[in-house]
Amino acid sequence: MQQFLVLLRHEVLLEWRQRNALGGILLYVVSTVFVAYMTFKVVPALSWIALYWVMLLFAATNAVAKSFMQLAPGRMLYYYTLVPPTRFLLAKLVYNALLLSVIQLLTAAIMSILVGNPVADMGWFLLTGWVGVLGISVILTLVSAIAQKASNQSTLMAVLSFPVVIPVLVLVIRMSKQALDGLDRSVGYSWLMNLAAIDLLVIAVAVLLFPYLWKD
Amino acid sequence: MMKNWYKWVAGILLLYTVWFGLMGEVPRKVVLNESIRNLYFHVPMWFGMIIILAASVWNSVKYLQTSQLKYDLRAESTAKVGILYGVLGLITGMLWAQYTWGEWWSSDPKQNTSAIALLIYLAYLVLRGSFNESAQRARIGAVYNIFAFAALIPLLFILPRLTDSLHPGNGGNPGFGAYDLDGRMRAVFYPAVLGWTFLGFWLVNLRNRIQTLRMKNEEA
Repeated sequence: MQQFLVLLRHEVLLEWRQRNALGGILLYVVSTVFVAYMTFKVVPALSWIALYWVMLLFAATNAVAKSFMQLAPGRMLYYYTLVPPTRFLLAKLVYNALLLSVIQLLTAAIMSILVGNPVADMGWFLLTGWVGVLGISVILTLVSAIAQKASNQSTLMAVLSFPVVIPVLVLVIRMSKQALDGLDRSVGYSWLMNLAAIDLLVIAVAVLLFPYLWKD
Repeated sequence: MMKNWYKWVAGILLLYTVWFGLMGEVPRKVVLNESIRNLYFHVPMWFGMIIILAASVWNSVKYLQTSQLKYDLRAESTAKVGILYGVLGLITGMLWAQYTWGEWWSSDPKQNTSAIALLIYLAYLVLRGSFNESAQRARIGAVYNIFAFAALIPLLFILPRLTDSLHPGNGGNPGFGAYDLDGRMRAVFYPAVLGWTFLGFWLVNLRNRIQTLRMKNEEA
């Protein structure tokens, strides 16, 4: 636990020292929303949901992609001598989940300001969205650990993660639509359970597989 | 002879499937008519694909346990044959859909799921292609293979149940249940599944042997 907290603090510190990278991600969100706003002007409600998730997915991919790639060569080996792999992975997972939660809220906020917000049940929209973002962040974290080993990192990042992310996206977009229409929340309980189950599944698989990725 | 039993079984069952699949009696159904025979060729592709891809994951797990490159070779061969079956399944399905649903692609959940499955395994090949060192390629490929298969499972079970589908066996459409009652079709369908699956493993076996020879050649 102590090690985990140190690692987590370390992640936040690293990010803070490279504030321009963090700023870049946030600016990325703002500019994509602005491009969408300039091309659409008026966004129909259903497209609002689709746009929101597409932009969030791209911003998330960019944000998480650097989580392993920014490591200096040999740095993994250094960590390897210090901490067990699962603890290292868990610190990364928690940090990336936090980062993506911020991006999720930011995307929603900027979209609401620029193009308006048609969602009827915003609490449910953000809650179910967050469960989806959690799953996406786990998938992206493991894929970035995989892609980091290869030469063509940024292409691989998209190619490897997008098809795997689809089940999460399909479920979460369903619940977003439900929130958009302001339907009774109980309608979505079984979807939310399914989504949480997928989250747990990918976390378990990531924890099982990560030790193999990291011995180099 | 004993080692090759499944090749004989595959040959005999497929001859049986093609002959009775095309010549045997089938129930007359509205819309479906003779296209119902696609059951013997299209559906076994999916059964075969899932079984062969499961074998691929199993080989990847074995590789991570033992670090022996022969398991990695098998994982790659099985994934490639799985992709071949997936493509064939998609083509036979689309041909059938054009004549019964009137569209090549109608955003049916089963069509989408299978397209995503193909994307995942093509990505697996791209990933493998971007490593030069065979041990690293094998290890990281194995990790992605297992991860992707685990992520595919919810897709196969959840996605088709969320939406209504035109596909037989879904949402009030004439499903397999109705045909399964027909003993004549069942007598061809089950052997067909077995035959196509064995043929897939034969292909895997051939590819393994070719690759092994190629590797020996390079070393020599």
